[in-house]
Amino acid sequence: MFENARPYRDTVKVKLGKSVKTRGIEVEMLSGADILVRSLQEENVEHIFGYPGGAVLHIYDALFKQNSIRHLLVRHEQAATHMADGYARATGKPGVVLVTSGPGATNAITGIATAYMDSIPIVVISGQVQSHLIGTDSFQETDMVGISRPIVKHSFLIKSATDIPLAIRKAFYLATSGRPGPVVVDIPKDMTNPTDLAPFQYPKELSMRSYNPASRGHTGQIKKAVSMLMQAERPMIYTGGGIIQGNSSEVLTRMTRLLGFPITNTLMGLGGYPASDRQFLGMLGMHGTFEANNAMHHCDLLLAIGARFDDRVTSTVSRFCPYAKIIHIDVDPTVISKNVVAHVPIVGSVNQVLEQMLVLIEQELPGRTEKQEKMLSAWWEQIEGWRGQDCLRVNTSHGSKVIKPQQVIQALYRHTNGEATVTSDVGQHQMFVALYYPFDKPRKWINSGGLGTMGFGLPAAMGIQIARPDELVVCVTGEGSIQMNIQELSTCAQYGLPIKIINVNNRALGMVKQWQDMQYEGRHSHSYMDSLPDFVQLVESYNHVGFKVTDIDELDSVLEEALSLKDKLVFVDVLVDPDEHVYPMLVSPNGSLRDMWLKKGVRT
Amino acid sequence: MRRIISLLLENEAGALSRVIGLFAQRNYNIETLTVAPTDDATLSRLTLTTVAGDDQIEQITKQLNKLIEVVKLIDLTDGEHIERELMLIKVKSSGAQRAEIKRTSDIFRAQIVDVTPNAYTIQLTGTSEKLDAFIRAISGSTVLEVVRSGVSGLARGEKVLTL
Repeated sequence: MFENARPYRDTVKVKLGKSVKTRGIEVEMLSGADILVRSLQEENVEHIFGYPGGAVLHIYDALFKQNSIRHLLVRHEQAATHMADGYARATGKPGVVLVTSGPGATNAITGIATAYMDSIPIVVISGQVQSHLIGTDSFQETDMVGISRPIVKHSFLIKSATDIPLAIRKAFYLATSGRPGPVVVDIPKDMTNPTDLAPFQYPKELSMRSYNPASRGHTGQIKKAVSMLMQAERPMIYTGGGIIQGNSSEVLTRMTRLLGFPITNTLMGLGGYPASDRQFLGMLGMHGTFEANNAMHHCDLLLAIGARFDDRVTSTVSRFCPYAKIIHIDVDPTVISKNVVAHVPIVGSVNQVLEQMLVLIEQELPGRTEKQEKMLSAWWEQIEGWRGQDCLRVNTSHGSKVIKPQQVIQALYRHTNGEATVTSDVGQHQMFVALYYPFDKPRKWINSGGLGTMGFGLPAAMGIQIARPDELVVCVTGEGSIQMNIQELSTCAQYGLPIKIINVNNRALGMVKQWQDMQYEGRHSHSYMDSLPDFVQLVESYNHVGFKVTDIDELDSVLEEALSLKDKLVFVDVLVDPDEHVYPMLVSPNGSLRDMWLKKGVRT
Repeated sequence: MRRIISLLLENEAGALSRVIGLFAQRNYNIETLTVAPTDDATLSRLTLTTVAGDDQIEQITKQLNKLIEVVKLIDLTDGEHIERELMLIKVKSSGAQRAEIKRTSDIFRAQIVDVTPNAYTIQLTGTSEKLDAFIRAISGSTVLEVVRSGVSGLARGEKVLTL
């Protein structure tokens, strides 16, 4: 299982045999590279996703000499960051990346930005040229701290080997606390020199005077919010990725069921509330359901939790939720009243605030009047009317062999009992999964929501499969997206990762094409994929298994067979209707949430 | 509206670039910026002026506070405050002009800090408006060079920005 596995040698005591005493405490003397590896061990890091190169060779040598941390070698650094990201999204533990300076660092940028936009805790360790060469345009030099600055929560440039333990301690703390995010630690090569020893002491306590993430919410504000919830006639709950990242799914579900209110999730928040539950109205926003978007538009009280009123959710801000008072709970004060003004802002850890609210709700609920109950059932009646539209019904013509992309996702749902962990890339197939694969649990739906990174799906699935070797991990992708990190099929072969890849192949950049159909009179400027590879042959060349499906009648049997090959990576290339669009779709520009296209040429 | 934001920053490499980068990244503008270490060597004090509406200034202060290295922050324009800017201005001065420039400098309580037969270098401290007014007042002369420090400031009374 472990490549190059050797018994762990304590480099200090055995090889170098040096230690010094400070204030009566014996302190080990280690090289910077060993200090780094020991620090990572102190943080209980089990996996590192990376790619070696000149500036990190000392670190790789230190990794070679231990076996508590497993390093996984990718084929491109972008994939390493997405793997660490997928690992973090699925487990809640920080993902760790190790890349070299220059091109290694710049290749990692897209993955760091992806993690930043979705608030995912990853720690990226990048090699840097030797400190005396910094600023001289030396070989493989790039200003990593500078380049990554706008897309990290924080970053460190190591100035001395003695600084490494504290920097790593801070990096993990910052990445995982408050609103999580990526942290970069840039380490010049000479700081890891095997012959320069420095004392190693891992800091147990950490206090940062300039960083105090919010925890409990303001009691007065919470009281106010609960009393508004009790008064509301047409309440609506809208939750985002904060529920997933904040491990608050359970308390949210309890609270929502207790209140009996309708709830919608953002793309990032799916799985935060069980999607098969009757109170769940589906996803909202640009491709949200008819009922979710209408309920948002008509509600008189909106409870927003761990969501950030992204433009893909609000559409035209001035027409967003025109009748609603808004309560907004988030751990990050900057997202409150950034896009949409909150009437009752509550800054705090979502989990703690919800627990605080729940206590009050349990007290207040028995006092709800009959009139209020009637109002709520009238509201539900209205919602059921919208739900009755059945906006996700798939238009199939009887007897046709053509596979609709939605049918692929529905079939996948059936064959996995809705229990798979599903990653996606970006585009139509991503929306189809969000709409047609209802997730009942958090951390099962993994996609790049904020940045919208094509090429995310496969490496993210790999990171998850590493974390959960025995679970079914499915990557739903498209023939455009998969080619943005297809080299990782090789990594999958090396580590025997039995991912199931469902390629929703419409021979076009589907979402681009859809917009061109709708807004550019069907001028398909560079949105079609010419000269696609034979995916089956391609995956077989890596010793994976490939299937190709063109007929709807074969879809079920192929999926069944693919999913039965538990130990193999299986790539299912499904040729779908190339002209299908994703609906519902909000009318833009200047539309409100009730203005939707429901199918081709049909709008509200 | 013009705002003066004053903040305490960890005196660490790269901290300043995060503040400046934030403004560029989020499309805010910086009119003036001044920064130097304080009596506590681990802290820098940074003062910047920006022109922004109420909504934007709320975002600016929140985003600045979110930077890990920003320890504390105050919007001086929220209350009574003292602001000062330092200007050095080099003016061509010969013949009768010399006396006129000297008189104007005296009126503004400016000091002439360097003299050559053909030029004065004048130092002036005050609010930004006062410095602007001085430049207008000597507009009859040839201004050779101007350097301004940007605004520094403190809240009036006993209100302080410390740890």
